[in-house]
Amino acid sequence: MIRCEMLSKTFLMHMRGGKRIEAFSGVSFKLQEGEFLGVSGPSGAGKSSMLKCLYRTYLPSTGHVWYTDAQGTTRDLVAAPDRDMIQLRRHEIGYIAQFFPVIPRVSALETITNGMVARGFDREESIARARDLLTRLKIPATLWEMFPSTFSGGEKQRINIIHAVIARPRLLLLDEPTASLDRGSAQEVISLIKELKSQGTAMIGVFHDPELLARLSDTMLPMSDAREDGESA
Amino acid sequence: MDESTILAAEGLGRRYGRGCAHCESSTGPQAGTNVCPRCGSVTALRGVSFDLREGEILGVVGESGSGKSTLVQCIYFDQEATEGDLLLRDDGGWQRATVLNRGEKRRLRNRLMGMVYQNPLRGLRLDITSGANVAEKLLEAGVFNFARIRARALELLEKTEIPAAYIDSFPRTLSGGMQQRIQIAKALANNPPLVLLDEVTSGLDVSVQARVLDLIRELQHELAISMIVVSHDMGVIRLLADRTLVMKNGCVVEQGLTDQVLEDPQHPYTQLLVHSTL
Repeated sequence: MIRCEMLSKTFLMHMRGGKRIEAFSGVSFKLQEGEFLGVSGPSGAGKSSMLKCLYRTYLPSTGHVWYTDAQGTTRDLVAAPDRDMIQLRRHEIGYIAQFFPVIPRVSALETITNGMVARGFDREESIARARDLLTRLKIPATLWEMFPSTFSGGEKQRINIIHAVIARPRLLLLDEPTASLDRGSAQEVISLIKELKSQGTAMIGVFHDPELLARLSDTMLPMSDAREDGESA
Repeated sequence: MDESTILAAEGLGRRYGRGCAHCESSTGPQAGTNVCPRCGSVTALRGVSFDLREGEILGVVGESGSGKSTLVQCIYFDQEATEGDLLLRDDGGWQRATVLNRGEKRRLRNRLMGMVYQNPLRGLRLDITSGANVAEKLLEAGVFNFARIRARALELLEKTEIPAAYIDSFPRTLSGGMQQRIQIAKALANNPPLVLLDEVTSGLDVSVQARVLDLIRELQHELAISMIVVSHDMGVIRLLADRTLVMKNGCVVEQGLTDQVLEDPQHPYTQLLVHSTL
């Protein structure tokens, strides 16, 4: 479903006299439906940057990401037109960031359901599923109509997770989804991830906890600090 | 072109002055100026190409003088483009701006487009009431039935959260935020498939800004209108736009997915712009 070949990202900082900073390089992997790829490595190894390159928030510098969509069309996400990415993000690829970009003045319930409605789901069905997930991730019902911008870090993160998983994406990119959560909610999130995986969602995940990562992963992708390698070489 | 495309700009440009052989090489982002040192002509816009599809929101960012407003004004036929062409989908076919005369352009614009200016006083007539302002747009679009016009005006004022009692008030007696919302109501009056928004929140204080932005987002959600949103405020662009064009000295220097443009800007000017955000 996704085949990544020699992906790399180098930032060119024009404001710093054209300085180049390599985020990561030479990343290759393959992933099938329902598989979990665990990305490990120290801070600064480029794990988050790699996920952002797959989502195209960052423009990869070299390499290919061959992605086969639900219709069976294969394209290179590195070179895909912006509109294709917008469609894929809307219908197939979910991304849970470390920090949730909350939309101001939109209630939690609306934040979650809007995306699903945009994908063509029925509003009633979306609301029902949202309520179900909010309950499951222990967001008190009194908060459902409130603005996530006023929520605690952990609550925001759970809204973020629900937002990303509600329409059951085919590919889910996870960047430390449980980092700001207490044990109980983290466990719920993990069971949710496992459930999606069993339903066929392919996942690429970065987790702080190596044991947890090993438990969830079918294959591992170790990354090392590209900057340090570059200096020692 | 894709069947859902509603607008395409092909090398659109606008120059003030006679122009000379040196204009092209001595203006633009490389030269850092819009004014030709030889002939003094101003190139406000040059070689802008893009297309817009149904329901898309395109952001346009850039500093003062980058050509953002000139671009939307050329699209709205407030100004005549001096080079390039503009294609607009009309009734399943295509209209090319360069072959239309003034009257045809006006009719096309009144049917297909709505415009919200930074300064509400530019988009509204002060000598007639709020309701009449909305009605004017409908009249221009060929709706002449009084009862229908009145009903539509009330409906739009309600949508833009203006109390019905204000339908007979003159815009100059209303606050800036309210004027802006009346302008939005006017722009939407004939259900145009394309709405152009030029710095619509710039002169407003933050709470009013928020209401206007919420309104735009809700209307877009509900009506699936295509929009071109011009702003120097990255927050506004991040909130509204799927794709973004970055302009400098009349040219598009970068375009891409909004989050990509803001988080991984490629062009030196975009990097400066993004990193200058407070």
